Amino acid sequence: MKYKIKLSNLGSYLILTTWSLIVLFPLYTMIVNSFKDQREIFRSPFSLPSSFTLEGYQNAISAGRFDLFFRNSIIVTVSSLVLILLLGSLAAYALARWKSKFSNFVYFFFILGLLIPIRLGTLSIIQIIISLKLNNSLLGLIPIYVAMGIPIAILVITAFIRSLPKDLLDAASIDGASEWQIYRSIVMPLVRPALSTVAIFNLIPIWNDFWFPLILIRQESNRTVPLGVTLLFGQYQTNWTNILSALSLATIPIILLYLLMASQFIKGLTAGAIKG
Amino acid sequence: METQLETRQGANPTHSDGQLSKLDNKNRLTWVLFLLPALAIYILFMAVPLLGSIRLSLFTGEGIVPETFVGLENFSKLIYDPIWSEKLSNALKNTTILFLIHMGVQNTLGLLFAVLLTKKIRGFIFFRTIIFLPATLSVLVIGFLWKLILNPQWGAVPFLLDKIGLGDLIHPWLGDPKYALIVISLISCWQWVGLPTMMYLAALMGIPDDLIEASKVDGASASQTFWHIQLPLISPIVGIVSVLTFIGNFSAFDIIYAIASARGDPAGSTDIMGSLFYRTGIGGEVLSGHMDAGMGAAIAVVIFFVLLLGVAAWLFFSRKQQYDF
Repeated sequence: MKYKIKLSNLGSYLILTTWSLIVLFPLYTMIVNSFKDQREIFRSPFSLPSSFTLEGYQNAISAGRFDLFFRNSIIVTVSSLVLILLLGSLAAYALARWKSKFSNFVYFFFILGLLIPIRLGTLSIIQIIISLKLNNSLLGLIPIYVAMGIPIAILVITAFIRSLPKDLLDAASIDGASEWQIYRSIVMPLVRPALSTVAIFNLIPIWNDFWFPLILIRQESNRTVPLGVTLLFGQYQTNWTNILSALSLATIPIILLYLLMASQFIKGLTAGAIKG
Repeated sequence: METQLETRQGANPTHSDGQLSKLDNKNRLTWVLFLLPALAIYILFMAVPLLGSIRLSLFTGEGIVPETFVGLENFSKLIYDPIWSEKLSNALKNTTILFLIHMGVQNTLGLLFAVLLTKKIRGFIFFRTIIFLPATLSVLVIGFLWKLILNPQWGAVPFLLDKIGLGDLIHPWLGDPKYALIVISLISCWQWVGLPTMMYLAALMGIPDDLIEASKVDGASASQTFWHIQLPLISPIVGIVSVLTFIGNFSAFDIIYAIASARGDPAGSTDIMGSLFYRTGIGGEVLSGHMDAGMGAAIAVVIFFVLLLGVAAWLFFSRKQQYDF
């Protein structure tokens, strides 16, 4: 019995360390080879670069227009997140305060969106976006992402507002504060933790979304990062330095952001799932 | 403003319900206005498209707006037309394999990692961070990266296998219809294992320490504690993880597109529901260049019903479980 306990702890480390190596191996290989020239990539794929070059990165930015893809992705992601938080918190406030059959129904209607992938409606979305003349435009992506993010915003923020002391809001109401004032000056400052959970939960899927840009964006100057990577991947088929630099450029910013706030990311990305 | 409100609240802590319900009436209009923007976008870009796609599945014709009403003909084609039924059953079979591999590998590993992490080991934060890392990255980029690494031409993995004396195992896995789907599924498990890990971890850490200690005092081994205490207590999370995996796999697309193209290469062996939907309704078949929005919508409706079945099965079993304990 005794040796089993010791062995199991050793086993834990062995398993977790092996898995960590399996996770890091492809990322290490990608980054380290992006600084090598073609010959060295094939000759010694795992060593640190001896022929240090930034050529791949320069190509991805100047010829590949990666700077533009980044700008586009940032515009789409930030605008979508701001709208999700604003519209989501307004609606969540109303749903948390209003107790009636109608508001329960609306709440349930929103929550239903958590279970159904918005992709299934793509063919109608194409028709709607085209009739609004928003195809090929970054503006066409934003409302789709907002619709996608609102259910989780409603779920998390409504629960949070309901957990606030009821007297706090009722007292303000009786003292003559308008609903807008209560939302703006009392509720908003208090729900910040819920807002950050919602923001992180939506940040990654929106930033990484490939499906809607692939379908709705044809024009090169309006490509987002995942769509841009696809283009470069096709163009640079035989230039491994360029491909690996493009892939690294698309991943490194997210990895850094994640490492800076890993526990918030993990909490944010799993919160919705568990509460649902 | 805030302090003023707080002090007044202190002076007047209770109020009659009548006063509040009058306020409720007055506030109703404001609440409707608060709900309106979110509701409008959600209806226009989520509810309308889903219903619109169901309607679209009853039509046929060229272009984005097929105009000929055909009733359920698209669905009967999917079932009885040999070409379509072959495609559909192939995609259903492949998506099921994808799902089973995720259940067997991703969710089992996730549970294992979570159990190991709850043992209060050193390096907890490090391991947790690494395990979750790939889940934050783009599926597309991950697909491209693994495609390069497994590529026999460069072959970082073949290179490695050769070095450690396992050179015999080298094989163009992604080009072989026998292995391609399995390898792609494993790559996807590699990326997403952090999600079940973190969900199980949160659930396991919610179990009171006393319970685990008590079982140890009573002489239970680690595996007995796991099977008889931890696992039954987190079984609702096992259900949620399974249903989320099911929904994710039956709407997956990016990983296949990145590694095996929208055709599901080689020879359709990796064609899943998501790629069949894309090719039929949006991208067009490669040879004919023909896109059939009505049929694409019919495939989306089939996916929708498969998801409903999955969710219903989950609800059924999670109900049943409650009686067991």
